Amino acid sequence: MLVVGAGPGGLAAAAAAARHGARVGVVDMQPHAGGQVWRHDVAHAASREARRAVAEVSPRIVRHLGSQVIEARGDALLVEHAQGASEMRFDKLVLATGARELLLPFPGWTLPGVAGAGGLQALAKQGAPMAGRRVVLAGSGPLLLASAATLIRHGARIVGVFEQAPAGRVMAFARSLWRWPARALQASQLRLQLTGVPFRYGHVVTAAEGTQRLQSIEVRDAKGVSHHLGCDVAGVGYGLVPNTELAARLGCALDPWGAHTRVRVDALQRTSHAHIFAVGEACGIGGLNAARLEGAIAAHAALGHDREAVRLWAARDHARAFAARLADTFALDPRVLRLAQPQTIVCRCEDVPLSALAPFNDSRDAKLVTRCGMGACQGRICGTALAELGLFGRPDPRPPLFPARLASLACGDSLP
Amino acid sequence: MKYVRLDVDGQTVEVPEGASVAAAVATLDRCTRRSVLGGWRAPVCGMGMCFECRVCVDGVTHMRSCLKLAREGMQVITGG
Amino acid sequence: MSHSYDLIVIGAGIVGAACAEAASAEGMRVAIVESGPIGGGATAAAMGHLVAMDDDPAELALARYSIDCWEQYASLPEAEFSRCGTVWVARDERELAGVPARIERLAKAGVHAQMLDAAALYEAEPSLRTGLAGGMRVPAEAVVYPPRMARHLIRLAAERGASLHAGRRAMQLGDCSVTLDDGANLHGPLLVAAGCATPALLPQLTVRPRKGHLAITDRYPGVLRHQVLELGYADSAHGDAASSVAFNVQPRPTGQILIGSSREFDVTDGEVSMPMLRRMLERAFDFMPVLRELTALRVWTGFRPATPDGRPYLGALDETRNLWVAAGHEGLGVTTALGSARLLMDLMLRRAPAIDPAPYSPVRVVP
Repeated sequence: MLVVGAGPGGLAAAAAAARHGARVGVVDMQPHAGGQVWRHDVAHAASREARRAVAEVSPRIVRHLGSQVIEARGDALLVEHAQGASEMRFDKLVLATGARELLLPFPGWTLPGVAGAGGLQALAKQGAPMAGRRVVLAGSGPLLLASAATLIRHGARIVGVFEQAPAGRVMAFARSLWRWPARALQASQLRLQLTGVPFRYGHVVTAAEGTQRLQSIEVRDAKGVSHHLGCDVAGVGYGLVPNTELAARLGCALDPWGAHTRVRVDALQRTSHAHIFAVGEACGIGGLNAARLEGAIAAHAALGHDREAVRLWAARDHARAFAARLADTFALDPRVLRLAQPQTIVCRCEDVPLSALAPFNDSRDAKLVTRCGMGACQGRICGTALAELGLFGRPDPRPPLFPARLASLACGDSLP
Repeated sequence: MKYVRLDVDGQTVEVPEGASVAAAVATLDRCTRRSVLGGWRAPVCGMGMCFECRVCVDGVTHMRSCLKLAREGMQVITGG
Repeated sequence: MSHSYDLIVIGAGIVGAACAEAASAEGMRVAIVESGPIGGGATAAAMGHLVAMDDDPAELALARYSIDCWEQYASLPEAEFSRCGTVWVARDERELAGVPARIERLAKAGVHAQMLDAAALYEAEPSLRTGLAGGMRVPAEAVVYPPRMARHLIRLAAERGASLHAGRRAMQLGDCSVTLDDGANLHGPLLVAAGCATPALLPQLTVRPRKGHLAITDRYPGVLRHQVLELGYADSAHGDAASSVAFNVQPRPTGQILIGSSREFDVTDGEVSMPMLRRMLERAFDFMPVLRELTALRVWTGFRPATPDGRPYLGALDETRNLWVAAGHEGLGVTTALGSARLLMDLMLRRAPAIDPAPYSPVRVVP
C-alpha cells in the first residue's frame, strides 16, 4: 500500500495497514511527518496523540519525506526526491493529500509580511521568529484561532483577529458544540489562551499597507467603517480547500465542494477506482478526527477488513457532521470576493493584475494571453482564488503535478 | 535546543535544528524572491504551494525554502 | 439568418488569423469562423520560432518570404518578438562538413548564416556539451508568442470591419457558402485554414495530425542565448517515421527555456506520453546536460497538421476560385503564416505572386 500524505489521515492509514501485515510506503513533500495540523514545531513539543502517531515506527512502513508525486498512472506513482526520482508501484493507494489555504487577493496582499493565517502558523512552527511581532489574523474559520494560539506561544503580540462571519452565526455554532464535547473543551481551552486578544466578527481586512513591506492593515467593520492598524505581520486566510490534483490526475471522480472540488468516496473511503482510497481533507474539509478515522477505515477496507472499517463509521460520521456545521458557520460574505481592485495582482507568480483578466470568460484563453496560471504554483493559488471569485474553473492537471527537475520527468517511462 | 548555522546572502544566521531555510531568511528579516515586475516577496503559505519562498540553496535555484531543512554550512542566496 | 462576404475564413489559428488580416487589409469584407479560442489549437501549443529550414527549396522560399513579413512586427508588444538568433549544432565532422552547402542554399534564398567552428560554437552557447564539432548561426532569426499574435491579427481584421463568429463550428461547405453549427449560413468565397480539422471539411485533402511534446522550465536567464537545434532536425521533421525526436531548445523572453521536439503519427490522444517525453528529454540532455537539473513547470502536447510531402496546401481548390485553402503547415505554421496569407491574397486578386505558388498547389499530385 502506498499512502500519499503523512498527516493524521495518512499516518492512520499507514499504521492500520501495517498492523494488518501490509508493506506500506508513505510519501510526503514536507521534511517532517505530521502534515499541517500536526506540523513539527521547533520550539514546542507536539500533543501526545501527534507525537505517538508521528513517532510510531514500524518495520513495515517506509517513509519518503521531502518527496513529491509528479506523475501518477494506473499502478504507479513517479515520485521526486532530493537525489532523483523513482517509480513507486502499489496494489492499493490511499490519498491523504490534505488541504491548502484559500488565499484571496486584496490590495497589498503581495507585500512581504502578508501571509496566510495557516501559513503564518506553519512559518512560526518551522522557526520563523515571531517574538515581539505585532500580528494581525484575518479571514475566516477556526484556523484563525488555532494560528493565534500558536503565534502567542511563539511570543507574538496579537493586535487583532478579524473574522468575516457575523457574530450571531459564530455564537450559534459555539452553542451547538455540546454535541461534540471534545470540541467544546478545545474551544474553551483556546479561549483561555486567547484572553486579552482583540477579537472582532463581521470584519474584513480590505488592504495591506506599506512601502517595501507590511506596515499596517486597513480593516472594515460590520458597519462599513474603515480603521487602520499598525502591524508587522498579517495572516490572512479564508478557510481550506481540498488538494485534489493527484486524485484528478488518477481519474478519480470529484464532487463539487463550494467553488472547488473534493474526491468522491463511498462509506469505505473508496474512490471511483476500486484500489484507490481517499481520506481526510481531500474528501472535503472534515478536520483532524475525521481524517484519523477515515485513514483507519481506508486501510481496513483496502486490505479486506470491512468489519473493522464499519465499526468506525459512527465516529467518522459524527466528526464529519461537526465539519459540516463549521462550513455553514464560516461561509464567506460576498464582500470578501470583491476586495481585489483592477490593479491588484491576482497571479502572484507572473504578476498578472485582475484587470488583465477582465476580457476573458475562458480560463485557457486568459492563461494563454496573460500567463495567469502559467507560473510555478501551477494555478494552485491564483486558480483557486479565481474559482472562489466565480471567474474561472481549474483545468485538468497534467504532469508534472508539481514543478520538477527535467531529469525526473525522464524517469517515468513505464508510466504509459 | 541545538542550533545550526548557515549563510544567507553572505550573513551568518543561527536557527534551531529542524527549522526551515525560510525561517533562516526570516530570522535575518530578509525577503525570499523578486517577482516578475521586481517586487520583493516573502513566504505566504508555509507549506510548498505558493512558491513565493523560492531561493537559491547551495547553488541550486528555485528551491522552496519552506520545504527545506536548514543544515549546517548551507549557502543561501535570495532575490532570484 | 444569412450573411454575405467577400471572404469567409474558417479557422482562426495563426494561419487563418494572418489570412483574415491580409484580406481585410485588401478591403475585403471578411467573416472569420472559429469554434474554440483564437489561436487555441496548434498555435497555442507551438514553439513560436521563426526559422528557415533549408532542406526543401519550396519551404525555404516560403519561409524566407514570410520571415521578412514578420519583421514589421518586431516592435509590436503582442508579438513578443525576440531576436535571439538560431544556432544549428553539428555533432561531428561529417555533419559539420555539410554546413557550407547549407549556408550557400540559405544565402541564395536571402538568409544570412555563418559557419561556426567548435570554439565559436561554445562562444555562442557555452551550455552545450563538450565534444561537438561546430555548427551554423543564423543571427537574424527570432521567436514570437503565437497566441497573442493570432489575437492581434484578428483584432486588426475586426477593426477593419471583419465579423468574428466565435465559438461557432463550420459544419458543411456549399457552393460559396458555409453552414455553421447554430444553423447560420454565411455566403461568399471560402478559405479553409483549419489545420488538422481541414479534412473534416475537405476530405480530398490529406492532413495528418502529428503529435508533439514540449516542456517549459522556470526562469533561468543566461543559460541559453539562441534558439538551438541539431542539424539533423529536418530528418525528424521531414521524415515520416512513426515517431522521432530531435533536439530543439529555445530561450523565451521571460528567461524560461522551452524544450522540444517530438513527432508521432497515428496518435490522436493528447495526453502527455511519459516514454515519448523521456526520449525527447534524453535527446536534449545529450546536447545540453545542464538541462537535467532545471525545473520544469509544464509539459504539453499539440498536433501539427502534416501533409504527405511536408508542404502546406496554399491556393485554390477548384476552378471556380470560390474555395481556397491555407493548411497543412506541419511545424512551420508560425514561420510561414504571414507569407502564406500574402500568397493567398496575390492568388485571389490575380496579382503576380512574390514566390512560385506551384509547390503548394492544393491540387498537386503527390507521388
